[in-house]
Amino acid sequence: MVAKKSGRNRGGGGGGTAAATEVSVEELARVPLQAILLADSFATKFRPITLERPKVLLPLVNVPMIDYTLAWLESAGVEEVFVFCCAHAKQVAEHLENSQWFAQPNFSVTAIESNNAVGAGDALRLIYEQNVIRGDFVLVSGDTVSNMSLAEALGEHKERRRKDSNAIMTMVITQSKTSPTTRQSRLGTDELFMAIDPDTKQLLYYEDKSDKGTVSLDKTLLSDHPSIYLHNDKQDCYIDICSPEVLSTFADNFDYQHLRRHFLKGLLDDDIMGYKIFTHEIQSNYAARIDNFRSYDTVSKDIIQRWTYPLVPDVQFVGNSSAKLDRQGMYRASVVGQSRSAQVGPFTVIGSGTTIGSQSQISNSVVGEGCKIGANVSIEGCYIWHNVTIEDGCQLKHAIVCDGVVIKSGVILEPGVVLSYKVVVGQQFIVPAYSKVSLYQQPIKQDSDEELEYADSSSGFMDASSLSGLPDKLKEESTIQLSESQLQAASEVGSGGVGFIWSTSEGSHEEEWRHSVAPIPAAKLLEIMHTSNNELEVVQQDGNLPPSGELERDSVTANSNDYDDDDVDVKDDYEVFENEVEATFKRALEENIKEDDVILEVNSLRLSYNLATADCSGALFYSMMKSALSAPHPSPSDLVKNAATVITKWKKLLKYYLPSIDEEVGLLISSSDPDEIEVILKFEEMCLESAKEYSTVFVQILHLLYDKDIIQEEAILNWASEKEGADETDKLFVKQAEKFIQWLNEASEEED
Amino acid sequence: MPDVHALVNDFLIKLKRRKIEGSKATAKVTAEVLRSFISQQRLPNTNQAGALIDAVKAVGEQLIAANPVELAVGNVVRRVLHIIREEDLSLTAAAIGGLSLSAGSDDEDDVGHDEHPALSAAAVAAAARSTLRPPSLQTLLEDVPHTAAVPHTSSSGGDSEGKSKSADKNSSTKRLKHNVIEAVNELIQDIVTCHEQIAEQAVEHIHQNEVILTLGSSRTVVEFLCAAKEKKRSFRVFVAEGAPRYQGHTLAKELVTRGLQTTVITDSAVFAMISRVNMVIVGAHAVMANGGVIAPVGLNMVALAAQRHAVPFVVLAGIHKLCPLYPHNPEVLLNELRSPSELLDFGEFSDCLDFGSGSGSPILHVVNPAFDYVPPNLVSLFITDTGGHNPSYMYRLIADYYSANDLVLQRRSAS
Repeated sequence: MVAKKSGRNRGGGGGGTAAATEVSVEELARVPLQAILLADSFATKFRPITLERPKVLLPLVNVPMIDYTLAWLESAGVEEVFVFCCAHAKQVAEHLENSQWFAQPNFSVTAIESNNAVGAGDALRLIYEQNVIRGDFVLVSGDTVSNMSLAEALGEHKERRRKDSNAIMTMVITQSKTSPTTRQSRLGTDELFMAIDPDTKQLLYYEDKSDKGTVSLDKTLLSDHPSIYLHNDKQDCYIDICSPEVLSTFADNFDYQHLRRHFLKGLLDDDIMGYKIFTHEIQSNYAARIDNFRSYDTVSKDIIQRWTYPLVPDVQFVGNSSAKLDRQGMYRASVVGQSRSAQVGPFTVIGSGTTIGSQSQISNSVVGEGCKIGANVSIEGCYIWHNVTIEDGCQLKHAIVCDGVVIKSGVILEPGVVLSYKVVVGQQFIVPAYSKVSLYQQPIKQDSDEELEYADSSSGFMDASSLSGLPDKLKEESTIQLSESQLQAASEVGSGGVGFIWSTSEGSHEEEWRHSVAPIPAAKLLEIMHTSNNELEVVQQDGNLPPSGELERDSVTANSNDYDDDDVDVKDDYEVFENEVEATFKRALEENIKEDDVILEVNSLRLSYNLATADCSGALFYSMMKSALSAPHPSPSDLVKNAATVITKWKKLLKYYLPSIDEEVGLLISSSDPDEIEVILKFEEMCLESAKEYSTVFVQILHLLYDKDIIQEEAILNWASEKEGADETDKLFVKQAEKFIQWLNEASEEED
Repeated sequence: MPDVHALVNDFLIKLKRRKIEGSKATAKVTAEVLRSFISQQRLPNTNQAGALIDAVKAVGEQLIAANPVELAVGNVVRRVLHIIREEDLSLTAAAIGGLSLSAGSDDEDDVGHDEHPALSAAAVAAAARSTLRPPSLQTLLEDVPHTAAVPHTSSSGGDSEGKSKSADKNSSTKRLKHNVIEAVNELIQDIVTCHEQIAEQAVEHIHQNEVILTLGSSRTVVEFLCAAKEKKRSFRVFVAEGAPRYQGHTLAKELVTRGLQTTVITDSAVFAMISRVNMVIVGAHAVMANGGVIAPVGLNMVALAAQRHAVPFVVLAGIHKLCPLYPHNPEVLLNELRSPSELLDFGEFSDCLDFGSGSGSPILHVVNPAFDYVPPNLVSLFITDTGGHNPSYMYRLIADYYSANDLVLQRRSAS
């Protein structure tokens, strides 16, 4: 006991993180620090591998991912961890039992199994019901690799909590610039926009949706905060320090599933209970989450480069297998059979019991335990897991090869290939780039919206993947099934090969290179550069007539600091949205749906496309006018009549979107309500482009809108004054409406 | 028993995760863990020493493998093994001595011993020792007190011998363990007090108005300098900051609070300043058998500078830092590469580490070794708790502290 205690006190005399953490833990001794570890990412990014093994157990530089997370939590002073397992829960629980984690002093690991959770929200609700979380806790997923010290972030969190009980969450972020050409971070995630108050570090805005180059901030943010930094160079580490309120929020909002998409956005947009979220930025420490194959590659290389120290291969932070670090980042286990003529290049990890034949070359790769690599094999940038057999003369580039795979002689794996468990590739076969090969057939039906690691109920064979715990009889059946399918599969991967090549679904095919382990080919980069340049030109040409809705956004984003890109095509998204709204509206007309329901549908569309309410009014108005146009109209006056009936009928719908902002900013700028101008601008645009018929009756319609109280006179006047400085061509409609505007002016003067 | 296992496992995990830093702390904890391990170890009636040695070896192998870079662990394990051998030897010597003394009353089968009744216990002990290893210089020099010590224990052993054999077996079990634990306690005490003993010699080395250069921070060096200061020596200290961990800064702070005139310089300024320096005093990570030093990174440069300007290069090292291995031995892991984040902020440089394009291999590499190797010819003097020694004398000192049988401890574990 004596030795132990003194060891504790002396730990990390050189100012290491360990010492600092331990002190803080002692301070917080009253409530043990707890953590929730989600051992399921609720995503399908790692398919087909995850059909057979949960993602958190996949080896990362020869150590299962979850062990990195647990080792970090342990060293960061967490005392109690609840591991939530869902997909392949048995395997995760088994792994935890077999590893040392259950036997650690001062570190308890509890597995919570569930079979019907479909998202992080369900997991947290389940944990909330179990009532095990007593204080602040750390929320991470089982694929996090980090060496950060939690003490500082925890301290900040607690300090804030003391001052303001609404500060319920602290999010850990780190600096990371996205590549200017591909618009994705080094971890393969999409560009992330965050608005942060630089003084309080409060998070005000969070946007990680792809395909969007614009950001719209609520104006109230600017009025509430003296300054706001808008970052696109930060990365979310998915490490959250939460207060128990987070769990209850999830329990209250039973539709929340995704931590960021639902929970975070919900808190930021809807202002639930006034809860606030803050950020903590780490500078030199490492934290990253493995979300896709690209980040698997990147994080593996970071580990080999020792950024995650002490979680590196030559330190036995878990288990007993250790490698020795040779010059130039070569990690070699003690028992490796390497032929004298074999060349093992820099930044390579070779597991124990692996043999390498003569003249073979390995560089920038990770080779697991017990692999047999033949002669004249060249391996570059590959991740080869355990017990893989690679016969003579194969060439592997930037591939992931899972346990038990057999690659017969002369096979060539092109970049980005993923070979799942126990696949056999026949002689001389060339596996095409970015293809994924599995013993299981690709599920035919796929939930396109919800990305789940866990079974689609439609794909029956999923059950076979969690076989390990089931009785043998079932197992046998599945093997019979397999052998049948093997016959079928044989032809797909060469003679003597076993496995199905998964076809990539149409939508993601284009994106395959983004998230693969292979580096992006230079040709692809050039291509992207060209297209983005072209887009830039298009946007610039369009410049004099900004697409509707842009005006307001630009005015806000102009205030932000780190914002430097306008070139990504926003219109796309908006146009899709517009079409959807139009379709919805048409349906509403045909089926006589109630206004409230239409509002609901449009709202959900808005949320899914992530647009402002201003966009809705524009789009709705657009679709109304379209529908009026589609009705028979022999003369312009009939057209006006048509429009009048449509507008009167659906007035309520439009009004719903228009005055909503009016109330909020009423005091400040009611006269220049952007939404109403939006409608006018939209209409103007229509008259110019898609529905020229309206151009003749512009003023009448405008008058109609005014009569029906849809547009206030201030909006029209504002619109007119805004257009004053514009080109002659642009003024076309202002001139048309001159009289009307004049009348309005006089009327308002009279009122005064 | 389970308590000890938990203790050992806990220590193992700490070593593996690099949670214990500094050779002194590690050495102390290692000795303490081994002490409790020995005290709980059940010994068979025959060949107790052998059993104990095997058990300690088994644990020691694990401990060494847990953090092969921290040589202090191996040093302490070998010291403890050596202690067991010594104690066993002195006990057998005592037993033989006791037998030969009581030979007249005891008419049993130990005729072989009776043939040399004139043999004194000390001579037996010395003979036995000489079969194990060459007699240490210390034994040769301090022959008289040694012989005096051995009969002392033997006389007590002889007393119990005459009474009953079974009781003696029991007591000798206990005695071996007891003696070993006593000796390990002394070892722990030595490790704890080595600073003071080294610091006591400070006045002999630091003279009035001298300029001392040191790099990084070492507890031993702080104590050494402060001891000289307390003895009313006035001198100045140059502190090279010791990138990338900049422990020199904390050292400077500490020296200033003790009232020493301190100048902080960058590591790269060492060559420029060395001509004004009278002596270089540094700490070490480990001292190898050939007199070479494994020391914090940057010290080789300082040593070269010192040699160039003929400035004495003095290394302070507690006995737990003496490593009986040679640096060319493949089993010795000389260096540890630490995290690159000590040099660069990961966040700032993350855009240089994008593997998503190009060949997929990183273009930016960071190497952050923890240690340097200073060859013995650059070292002028070692100051240990037993006094000052020349580098070429190190192997002799090591022969005093370690048994030759234990040197290859680790190789056996590997094969």
